Amino acid sequence: MFNNIQQLIFGRLTASDFVHDPIMAGAGFAMIGALVLAIIGLTYFKKWKWLWRTWITSLDPKKIGVMYILVSVVMLLRGLADALLLRTQQATDVSGGLLTSDHFQQIFSAHGSIMIFFVAMGIIFGIFNLIIPTQIGARDVAFPFLNSVSFWLFAAGMILINAPLIVGEFSAAGWLAYPPLSELQFSPGVGVDYWIWSLQIAGIGSLLSGINFFVTIIKMRAPGMKMMMMPIFVWSALASLVLVMFAFPILTATLGMLSLDRLLGMHFFTATAGGNPMLYINLIWAWGHPEVYILVLPAFGIFSEVVATFSGKKLFGYKSMVVALAAITFLSFTVWLHHFFTMGAGADVNTFFGIMTMIIAIPTGVKVFNWIFTMYRGRVRFTTPMLWFMGFIVTFTLGGLTGVLMSVPAADFQFHNSLFLVAHFHTMIVGGVLFGAFAGFAYWFPKFTGYTLNEKLGKYAFWFWIVGFLLAFGPLYILGFMGATRRLDHYDPSLGWQGLFVVAGVGVLIICVGVFFQILQLIYSIIHRNKNRVGSDPWNGRTLEWSISSPPKEYNFAVIPTVTTRDAFWESKKSNHAHTEVPKYEDIWVPKNSGAGVIVGAFALAFGIAVIWHIWWLLIVGLVGVIVTLIIRLTNDDTEEKITAAQLAHHEGVKAV
Amino acid sequence: MTQLAEETPTQEKKTLGFWIYLMTDCVLFAALFATFAVLRGSTFGGPSGHDIFDLQFVLIETMILLTSSFTAGLAILGAGRGFKKQTLFWLVITFLLGAAFLTLELSEFSKLAAEGNGWTHSAFLSSYFTLVGTHGLHIAIGLLWLFVMIFRLWRFKFKKTDINRLALFGLFWHFLDVIWIFIFSIVYLIGGMA
Repeated sequence: MFNNIQQLIFGRLTASDFVHDPIMAGAGFAMIGALVLAIIGLTYFKKWKWLWRTWITSLDPKKIGVMYILVSVVMLLRGLADALLLRTQQATDVSGGLLTSDHFQQIFSAHGSIMIFFVAMGIIFGIFNLIIPTQIGARDVAFPFLNSVSFWLFAAGMILINAPLIVGEFSAAGWLAYPPLSELQFSPGVGVDYWIWSLQIAGIGSLLSGINFFVTIIKMRAPGMKMMMMPIFVWSALASLVLVMFAFPILTATLGMLSLDRLLGMHFFTATAGGNPMLYINLIWAWGHPEVYILVLPAFGIFSEVVATFSGKKLFGYKSMVVALAAITFLSFTVWLHHFFTMGAGADVNTFFGIMTMIIAIPTGVKVFNWIFTMYRGRVRFTTPMLWFMGFIVTFTLGGLTGVLMSVPAADFQFHNSLFLVAHFHTMIVGGVLFGAFAGFAYWFPKFTGYTLNEKLGKYAFWFWIVGFLLAFGPLYILGFMGATRRLDHYDPSLGWQGLFVVAGVGVLIICVGVFFQILQLIYSIIHRNKNRVGSDPWNGRTLEWSISSPPKEYNFAVIPTVTTRDAFWESKKSNHAHTEVPKYEDIWVPKNSGAGVIVGAFALAFGIAVIWHIWWLLIVGLVGVIVTLIIRLTNDDTEEKITAAQLAHHEGVKAV
Repeated sequence: MTQLAEETPTQEKKTLGFWIYLMTDCVLFAALFATFAVLRGSTFGGPSGHDIFDLQFVLIETMILLTSSFTAGLAILGAGRGFKKQTLFWLVITFLLGAAFLTLELSEFSKLAAEGNGWTHSAFLSSYFTLVGTHGLHIAIGLLWLFVMIFRLWRFKFKKTDINRLALFGLFWHFLDVIWIFIFSIVYLIGGMA
């Protein structure tokens, strides 16, 4: 009787699920401690109202963008801590090691999932929020409320993926949870369910964001800005968003099917009853390969802006850049099978996908040459963003070449599942996406704060990062050649791998020093912000975001600019008649704050917890909560408020003083 | 209170956004169709589509759904001309037809389960229930949407934004028809062949 009631209320959650080994418990306590400190701080300084009004309920994409980046930075630290544990285990395994096999597996699964979904995706969508509207001369995104819902779904997914540190366990089935290992038969615990639902909820948020920003770019460009006049970052975002729209529904369907297998006893991917695990692997990579480009194309866009600005020249080969983006977008859907050449699709199929993979290197190569030619005969300023760019060119070329090596199916039989592969994709994602994010961060930071980051500390951070990076991943290429497979928590000492693993571990430590300098740089720059105040255009920029105040007003542009050329702001600076006429202000409408987004996120979180722990009453509460909140919000027509022309003039007048 | 001049661009954005949402839904269904195509033969000794599909029953379902699309169209035409009563009438008819379709589908599902051919039996049955059930879930969401709109039309004045929402609902409902045509052809006709 007691058991029945307990099950009704708590599902399969019991007190023993809160018991963890010392390392996980430590991380869990640290998390709870930070949360408690934040709550105490907010209460002590009476900041709850401020937090709710200016951040949580805000529909301003600049605020939402900052929140995305904040979450991503915290998750980057979590993922980095995971990486440190993995490296420590592999470096010290010969003398006993530090982690159990099961814990090691949970950590590498968490590391991969967090870094892709909650660091890289978060940074990309954060930058979209900040930059897309300001670069196309728009006041907002197409659907401000949907944007808030997307963010809070992302946040709900983030909470779910970190919850196993406190209650339950995480998936031990790798970052893509291949079946049949991820099926109920082999992973009966809650780990895989945590993985599924954290990704599912965040993924739906990403899909909604994809639609939102696509419509923003198509419909809300400033008058006169034709497609071929868009800043190249906006083009790269557009390409990435098209991929989001085509790829994420596949992820939703695939995760849904895996979940049905686990919840309702279906047989999509099971090893029995006719299930087909290979089907999962095809589907997940039909999403997964485009996903890589979803992340890296915007990074390409950032680098294109950075290199043009700091070389004082227009981007070399704008049109070929656009064509290359379009080609990569298309080709990225034709290469997914190269992730499993060894699964026996046959020589013909493997050859096709091998050749397509080699072809995709061509547009990417075009871009690398365009960037280098942009610098050629330019007046290059070696600022921090530019250093990240140069580091990227080196690492990305390295990673690209190793990628082409692996695209040869016959050779891939050797590289498959080895540390060579691990080194390759880290070279691309760290050297491409993450360096891109860092370059963008330093480049656009003054636009949204009004002061620059400390250059000296930024340069220290860069040099520690690049050296640490080469040390951390260089040895993995060699170990891969020596036969070390990925995800090893234990190897025989006689193999002689320990030395290289130690070097890789030292590399990660050096990266940590780089991260330390980045945090120091941020804190130092905030404290000394008055020394580094800059106007609206600190870098002599080229695109419209540099024409508005730093930080921008809620409405971005008091008067929507009319665009006649590429690099609109640069051209208007060259022809001096830009600011002679008196601006004519009109009434504008901005969205009112709305708490509905965070409420939807909270109910989605409740739904996620319920479905993971089989708490059926909570599941109904979550589902009904989401539906009712959405109905109330969507039937409300009074969602905007007016800023009158007089108020607008007043705001702008204050700026000029 | 939304400014009138702002409404047209807002509506254009919403329509484009909704079209794109429908296309992403299309991709989701494509993944489920592909799964069905791969797992169709994986009956694991259980029944195949030929053994369990009742084509006459499915034809009735199809006719009901197609008719509901037609009545939804009539409602939207009425709304465009400001005929409130006509709009309400056809919306209610659409709702009833949609509900009838969903009831028939669920009765088919429960019949299969009662005969011991539930979704746990084989990969084929899992993919069948999931694909058709996902369509059914969309119909259920559509019915909820319809219910809210009928309620609002009945209680409040007819507003421009309501007509716009109705137009989006029309897109959604017709889209579900198109998906059903594919389900009818691929699942029931091709999947039901011996």
